[in-house]
Amino acid sequence: MIRLNNINKSYVMGSNSLHVLKGIDLQIEQGDFVSIMGSSGSGKSTLLNILGMLDNYDSGTYHLSGNLIQNMSEKKAAKYRNDLVGFIFQSFNLISFKNAMENVALPLYYKGVPRKKRNQIALEYLEKLGLKDWANHMPNEMSGGQKQRVAIARALISQPKIILADEPTGALDSATSYEVMDILKKVNDDGITVIIVTHEHDIAAMTNQIIRLKDGLIHEIIRNGELKQFQKEYTHGLEAAQIPSYV
Amino acid sequence: MFDIDKWQEIFATIKKNKMRTFLTGFSVAWGIFMLMILLGSGNGLSNGVANNFMNDAVNAMWIWRGETTIPYEGMKSGRPIQFHNDDQEIVQKVPGVGVSSGRYFMGNTRYSYLKESGEYTTITCQPALKDVENLILNEGRFINDLDIIQKRKVVVIGADIKTALFKDSVALGEYVNVNMVPFKVVGICSEPGSTQNRNAYMPLSTAQMIFSGSNKLHNLALTINATTLEESQAIEEQIRNALGKQHKFDPKDEGAIGLYNKLENYIQTMKIFQAIKIFIWIIGIGTLIAGIVGVSNIMLIVVKERTKEIGIRKAIGASPSSVIGLILLESIMITTIAGYIGLVLGTGLMEMINYFMVQGADAAAAAAANGGERGESIFLNPTVDINIAVYSTLLLIVAGAIAGYIPAKRAASIKPIVALRDE
Repeated sequence: MIRLNNINKSYVMGSNSLHVLKGIDLQIEQGDFVSIMGSSGSGKSTLLNILGMLDNYDSGTYHLSGNLIQNMSEKKAAKYRNDLVGFIFQSFNLISFKNAMENVALPLYYKGVPRKKRNQIALEYLEKLGLKDWANHMPNEMSGGQKQRVAIARALISQPKIILADEPTGALDSATSYEVMDILKKVNDDGITVIIVTHEHDIAAMTNQIIRLKDGLIHEIIRNGELKQFQKEYTHGLEAAQIPSYV
Repeated sequence: MFDIDKWQEIFATIKKNKMRTFLTGFSVAWGIFMLMILLGSGNGLSNGVANNFMNDAVNAMWIWRGETTIPYEGMKSGRPIQFHNDDQEIVQKVPGVGVSSGRYFMGNTRYSYLKESGEYTTITCQPALKDVENLILNEGRFINDLDIIQKRKVVVIGADIKTALFKDSVALGEYVNVNMVPFKVVGICSEPGSTQNRNAYMPLSTAQMIFSGSNKLHNLALTINATTLEESQAIEEQIRNALGKQHKFDPKDEGAIGLYNKLENYIQTMKIFQAIKIFIWIIGIGTLIAGIVGVSNIMLIVVKERTKEIGIRKAIGASPSSVIGLILLESIMITTIAGYIGLVLGTGLMEMINYFMVQGADAAAAAAANGGERGESIFLNPTVDINIAVYSTLLLIVAGAIAGYIPAKRAASIKPIVALRDE
């Protein structure tokens, strides 16, 4: 599904060059539920942006569903993003002058789905996420958790193969965070690959595979037995959190 | 382009961003509006003054008597010059002279009809005076050649005299007593652009026989056939030469005869108006540039404000061209509609001013007919050539589109993650 081979990425700021990713080799299979962890500046967001074709890389190769993603035109990248990827951001990134339904429907606009039909599909997705009554509300009338659920609906509506989430719970309290994670778990159960960037251990503990980055390199990959240990360590708060019945 | 869904997307965006839409539209509408007002006022002023010149024939010339100031052929200066009937014939023979008439003024002539009477100026003249002064005949006819030859006792009275003596009754064909001598009224006239019409006209030959008993003239009125300043000055010089020869004065003697060449004045005034027109154009172009700068500024800010939105749209699969298209179509639509509104308001206002001025002029004319005074208007038909208006609007629209396109293109071609970081 995802094949990264010796990916390097530097940011040039004036005369200084900041080498952020120093050769990442990574394979993620269809249906994986992966979290990327690491301290600030370890390159975890940069890695996610490269995976999502929001940013380009300097050297190495990146194959997504068998396609080499390299130096492609913005037009082609937009097409891949529209077809393959759904994004969830820490700051939600909803369009402020569109209501919840229109925000959710927007990816289908770029797929050429007629207005009536895409609004109807958007309503279905909002209903799945328990936001049907909020369809006509503007983003500034909603809580953080509601906004993130709208953003998730928007990411799902184009039926992507991968969901990329950059600190999806970063702006939310812990109860809401667990709600969002539970939704992502359900999404993953439907066979969609979910990759999240987080620095919270309890959030990472809910995924099936943890990739730790350190100074631009993969420090360790935690899975199977080690993961159980990790989960035991960090999920003591989890049972206490309320999980609403609709998810 | 005519994808309904795209337009719905644009309309939805416009509806949700009213302030932005208003500001963009206002800068264009205001620019066009001001341009219409400026150009319209300039045209109105120019038309008004040109029209005032038309009150007399544009190519009219008046010559009056003076005193010599230069000794000539043994005669000292200070000698008065007196025109006679043959001077009119001499002037008429000068090449380039159109029509001409001698004039003899009789001030304070008493006109009476039944119980009404009043004192008015009588201008005794030849038929050509009508063409020189562009006299308007409200009723009847002007003095004709037969009147001159047969020395008929006929008179053309000014509209004010008719009103004063005859009130509402018919004046044509009636006899008025002019200094106790009965004259038949053959016409009622008014002078264009004049505030009053208190002059009466009678045949020169008749008046000379009855009242003055001589062949003296006060002045000569004529038209000349010239199109340029040089031509008219050449004719002027020839007239001075001819009259100088007749009356024995130096043709260069400015004091011997007075001469007013209307064409010369007209040409000079038109040159001034040419300058004013250029000035108005400079102001107009300045206004347009201000409009272009205004709309460009707003477009830059609009695109800057939408950078994050562009990033979001691209992250969920919008191609750069679709993003640019959306922004450009929106801005072109706003500027086009706003430009049209400015155009309609600007021309509407000028048409309204024109309408009220025409009404005012009609009312003044009606008042003048009743013996009131009529003011001259220096503002006429203050409208703008529709081509100029349309091209100016198009220029603003294109400028707005270019000003929007450049930053939109940049915003759409940067990596979405950079656009997303924009706050």
